[in-house]
Amino acid sequence: MEPKARILSVLQRVTGKETSPGTDESLFVSGLLDSFALTDFVTGLEEEFGVTIPDSDLSARKFDTITKVESYLASRA
Amino acid sequence: MAYLRAFGSWLPSRRVSNREIASLVDATPEWIVEVSGIEERRYASDEDTVAGIGLLAAQDCLEKAGATAAELGMILVASGSSDRFCPGPASQIASGLGLNATPSFDIPVASAGSLIGLALAAKLAPSAGRVLVVGTEIMSRRINLTPDGKNSAILFGDGAGAALVDAETGFARIADSCLYTDGASAETIFVVDGQFHMDGSAVIMQASRKIPRAINELLARNGIAAAEVEAFLLHQANLNLIVRVATAVKAPRERFFTNIARYGNTSSASLLIAADEWHSAQATAPSGPLIFSAFGTGLNWGALLALPR
Repeated sequence: MEPKARILSVLQRVTGKETSPGTDESLFVSGLLDSFALTDFVTGLEEEFGVTIPDSDLSARKFDTITKVESYLASRA
Repeated sequence: MAYLRAFGSWLPSRRVSNREIASLVDATPEWIVEVSGIEERRYASDEDTVAGIGLLAAQDCLEKAGATAAELGMILVASGSSDRFCPGPASQIASGLGLNATPSFDIPVASAGSLIGLALAAKLAPSAGRVLVVGTEIMSRRINLTPDGKNSAILFGDGAGAALVDAETGFARIADSCLYTDGASAETIFVVDGQFHMDGSAVIMQASRKIPRAINELLARNGIAAAEVEAFLLHQANLNLIVRVATAVKAPRERFFTNIARYGNTSSASLLIAADEWHSAQATAPSGPLIFSAFGTGLNWGALLALPR
């Protein structure tokens, strides 16, 4: 499965919604994520991609869109 | 050994409703409840001082313990809103208690300061004997009650709490603690030029991970399941965060004592005010483990475990 699809799968699991936001659509402005849900999203990404995301990276700016999440994960690989 | 012997608290009489705050910060009372769980908070009067209200909590604690100030071997005072940076309120509180040679130190850490005080007191009690920990805050003077300061201004209230840690006697033994500091994220919550600043979203995200991690570390290290814990006494930062922590550590929500709806977030005082209210409501001594936890400026965070005698 492509990274984008895996990210979307984690997002759907965390939000409990069969959502498919645009890759550059803000996950916060759209209401899919808030500060609490982002924590779950990040934990889900850690499990799905086998990476450790440091607390200091817990910023809405880094995880605002699917594209940004993909870029971030690529930088952690 | 170190034991929790008594708690104390003091809160101002002036109640400040969400309606009063909402009109100043361009919000609605309902929104404040939704994002924080806070329904009202207390504000100190113009005559109150951080040291003065801390002294009242200290006296309440000593009275509940049946102890005198002369028995104290040390005083630790946490505050992120002290009237004067240096010296802070510790020496004034000691003086107010009639002490002129008892070592009394400040812990200038908002929100997590009283947890740090409790953990240090447990380490120091074997040599100091009885250590009084005080958390005292007048946060209403550090917030910006305009739309620009909305996200912080809705949260904070004033108050003071205290705990007596005793080397010989008490209702629960302080068995373990963990404290952490991460300065890399210090800019997410700080006080400068007398004003409190907070990136609420970043703080929530950090706390949502760090508090459960600290609690789980203590539980695992001591072979205790979360379900066995009799009471979780947390810094009253945000009701949604506390509910979140309960879910993360897989413990029943009702085991988490909360009074944030009535007092708001009283920063470093909140942990001890909550502990005092919880303890005062108990008909009998605790029969199960107690967990304390807090998160605040620094960033500083951690947890403390107390076991029944």
